[in-house]
Amino acid sequence: MKTIDTAFECETGSYHTFCPISCVAWLYQKIEDSFFLVIGTKTRGYFLQNALGVTIFAEPRYAMAELEEADISAQLNDREESKEICIQIRRDRNPSVIIWIGTCTTEIIKMDLEGMASKLEREIGIPIIVARANGSDYAFTQGEDTALAAMVHRCPVIDMAISKNEVCMGDCDNSYKSKDQSQIKTYKLETHNLVLFGSLPSNVASQPNSEPKHQNICVTGWLPSHRYAELPSLGEGIYVCGVNPFLSRTATILMRRRKCRLIGAPFPIGPDGTRAWMERICDVLGMKPKGLKEKEEQIWKNLSKYIKIIGGKSVFSMGDNLLEISLARFSVRCGMIVYEIGIPYLDKRYQAAELSLLKTTCEVMNIPMPRIVEKPDNYNQVQRMHELEPDLAFTGMAHANPLEARGIDTKWSVEFTFAQIHGFANAADVLESVTRPLMRNPGSIPSWKNLSKQEPLHC
Amino acid sequence: MKLAYWMYAGPAHIGTSRVASSFRNVHAVMHAPLGDDYFNVMRSMSERERDFTPVTASIADRHVLARGSQEKVANNMNRKDEEQRPDPIVLTPTCTSSTLQEDLQNLVNRALISSMSDVIFADVNHYRVNEFQAADRTSEQTVRHYVNKAIERGASNRSVTNAPSANIIGMSTSGFHAQHDCRELKRLLQGLGILVNQIIPEGASLKDSKDLPRAWSNTVPHREAGPMTAIFSKKEFGMPHVSITPAGPLDAADFIGRIEGYINAWASVLSEKGVDYEPYVVNQTRFVSQAAWFSRTIDCQNPTGKEAVVSGDATHAVSITKILVKEMGIRVRRSGTHRRHDTEWFNEQIQGLCDEILVTENHTEVGDATARVEPSAIFGTQTERHTGKRINIPCGVIPSPVHIQNFPLGYRPLLGYEGANQIADSVYNSFNPGMEDYPSDVSGGHDTKGVVTKLSSNKEDLKWTTESQLELSKIPGFVRGKIKRKTEVFAKQNNISEITIDVMYAARESFSP
Repeated sequence: MKTIDTAFECETGSYHTFCPISCVAWLYQKIEDSFFLVIGTKTRGYFLQNALGVTIFAEPRYAMAELEEADISAQLNDREESKEICIQIRRDRNPSVIIWIGTCTTEIIKMDLEGMASKLEREIGIPIIVARANGSDYAFTQGEDTALAAMVHRCPVIDMAISKNEVCMGDCDNSYKSKDQSQIKTYKLETHNLVLFGSLPSNVASQPNSEPKHQNICVTGWLPSHRYAELPSLGEGIYVCGVNPFLSRTATILMRRRKCRLIGAPFPIGPDGTRAWMERICDVLGMKPKGLKEKEEQIWKNLSKYIKIIGGKSVFSMGDNLLEISLARFSVRCGMIVYEIGIPYLDKRYQAAELSLLKTTCEVMNIPMPRIVEKPDNYNQVQRMHELEPDLAFTGMAHANPLEARGIDTKWSVEFTFAQIHGFANAADVLESVTRPLMRNPGSIPSWKNLSKQEPLHC
Repeated sequence: MKLAYWMYAGPAHIGTSRVASSFRNVHAVMHAPLGDDYFNVMRSMSERERDFTPVTASIADRHVLARGSQEKVANNMNRKDEEQRPDPIVLTPTCTSSTLQEDLQNLVNRALISSMSDVIFADVNHYRVNEFQAADRTSEQTVRHYVNKAIERGASNRSVTNAPSANIIGMSTSGFHAQHDCRELKRLLQGLGILVNQIIPEGASLKDSKDLPRAWSNTVPHREAGPMTAIFSKKEFGMPHVSITPAGPLDAADFIGRIEGYINAWASVLSEKGVDYEPYVVNQTRFVSQAAWFSRTIDCQNPTGKEAVVSGDATHAVSITKILVKEMGIRVRRSGTHRRHDTEWFNEQIQGLCDEILVTENHTEVGDATARVEPSAIFGTQTERHTGKRINIPCGVIPSPVHIQNFPLGYRPLLGYEGANQIADSVYNSFNPGMEDYPSDVSGGHDTKGVVTKLSSNKEDLKWTTESQLELSKIPGFVRGKIKRKTEVFAKQNNISEITIDVMYAARESFSP
């Protein structure tokens, strides 16, 4: 795969982000029959219960296996301990799969989670998947990446010789089945086996699902699926495409271990991204894209009221969830000036198409290419912001209020992870969220601009 | 390993961070993996803090695990020293550093040589202490460090102030209504003509530690942070301390009485006139605070004799129990705390005030116990509020852990005479919805909800017939659960597996006096 020749910087990695175990928050809701067990210390539990706020009281299907001193010093047998806990979970919740989330502590004490899981799985009769979503290796959304990568191994094997057409028909939307025979035939002829990966809320997933359908491409499966038993079949000849920019590990495993063919495309965020994503898929599958240009234009027309607000405004993205490149590309296309894109980790191969679309977009919009800073340093970033004085900062919650107090409008970036931002239809939601801080105080009094008790922008 | 869904107290480094970020110009450097600086989010969000939280993480990534953290932590400390010149940098260990067992103290010693700032290693072990113990310990450790320094330099000022004065110890960021409590306590002391010498740690500058012994006495309103600092200054300077929590008129009077004693002891030494706070207490209790009057109003007859359960941290659970029982005539069926290491003190304080004491860190146990008792109101943490929602019992939130709505913008102290008003409001409002429920249910009701079992661990295997379920749904909501349970107990005692209307009547007869 080609990579783009742009200057990338790398700083110290002293930045604020969520611990990758936070992926359980959305994954347990996505996979309805799962149970997530985070194996770690009080620190992790405290983070989860505070970060996830009220969901914790809705009897969530996740819990902590809290390690105590005796576990760390191996006075207790970790296999016996975890067995007891999993039996308790089986009794109370009876899930179809238990997903163990390894943390920094299990890394440090080198707990053999994979080894334990495979034995325990046989003893208690429930599949156990191990995902090492720890803060010593990963940031925030990369937690989902580790979980999905682990799940790839559990996807059934596809035998292309038998199932070329059946697979698609079996999983496809029912509306196709009701149509007359001839239509199904043409449909079969044009079909390809495409599996999309990335967890999206079900109402959002229907969007990227229906887009390919308009192009006569059938999405044969999603990773993850709603239920563990419905994981998609994988194998040689299956095309896979990611919907999120943080899934590089999953993409790698899909290619290397399951011999799937990866379609490297920009991500379906914003109407430009959605169109480019779809076109790329069509291109690879040898289909002629239909009506995408018109659709994109229509969406831009609908967005004009937002674009009036943000056009010409500058934005500084501090970086914490790996969606930054796609969001910056969309922002530039909306007429914003992006000063800096901070990003925890940048896989230049997996994000190649997105990066090159960013470059083209900058050229088209006649805006300089933003600087891309991997592993940013929040302290330095705040100093840079002090000089640049951006109109808006995409930032985590640790910095949002202090920046607001210093007169910089902020959009807290975690919202992008939980809000619905994919596909044509959700483009307005993204801009609704981005324009909110700018709409809030149109006539703020200049002398009130700084509400800090300390000197301006001093970290 | 322990299966846990919820915890009442945070990990140790949260306590240390709370204390460090409360002091003025103190910076905490946390030795932690990516994502463990979540304290900054909490402080910035819950407290709507306008300034950057002075806590940075020295990230323990894969390289650190391989090579050791020495270089990185040292660099980060030097950097903070240059960038911000804090008075001290507090090196804060987390579960990761407790597990790695690195010699962080050695790093501190080395950093002391090169840095302008002081460097202190917070002596807290993740596996041994929780948030509150760590806060208490860190507060004492930092204060002691600076007091000792002052003594060494001969700068320590031990001459007591001319006018009576006191230190307030244990007020810190993220504390439950701590900001308001602090203000109210200052107001209370000022009302008594007592000077506030220092407040620790909130807003205190450690450079002023030399003047700490100038106060006539220390006040430690919260058990969760502060006692160790007070004990230290007692040992070092012989300073007496008042550890009564002045919540509610009765304890406020005790608190003031104790201070009066210490002041008069000093006054006689200084051959000055003693003080008599009695008139102040009487005036405040009778006229300034509405709480005492409120408990006499006919309004307060409604909650009288009603049943409540209480749980929370030791300080707040004890104070609320005392207020409910002694001042409002409410029957406390169960009072409990999650502060296991404070069990003895808790039992002693609560002795004779409630039917049952429950000390546990397991929220399911607390929830089940509440469901069994079926009180008219619950006073507890956020968790108990949600239990209350589930089993349809109103709940007043008293102590941490709490959400953003419990960091109110308006003035809401819990201590002192204004605090007594606030607590009275909160208690009365918690009961009131339960009362409103009464008329609507009795008058036939628009409540068509099915009957829910209230225990979260449900092991019932009794079958209710359709008719008996219908009958049960006619019973007013606030006693329905109780009748259901009693009927089931009756059925079990008599080996009945199916509950018909007849069984319900038989049960009712057997339980009526």
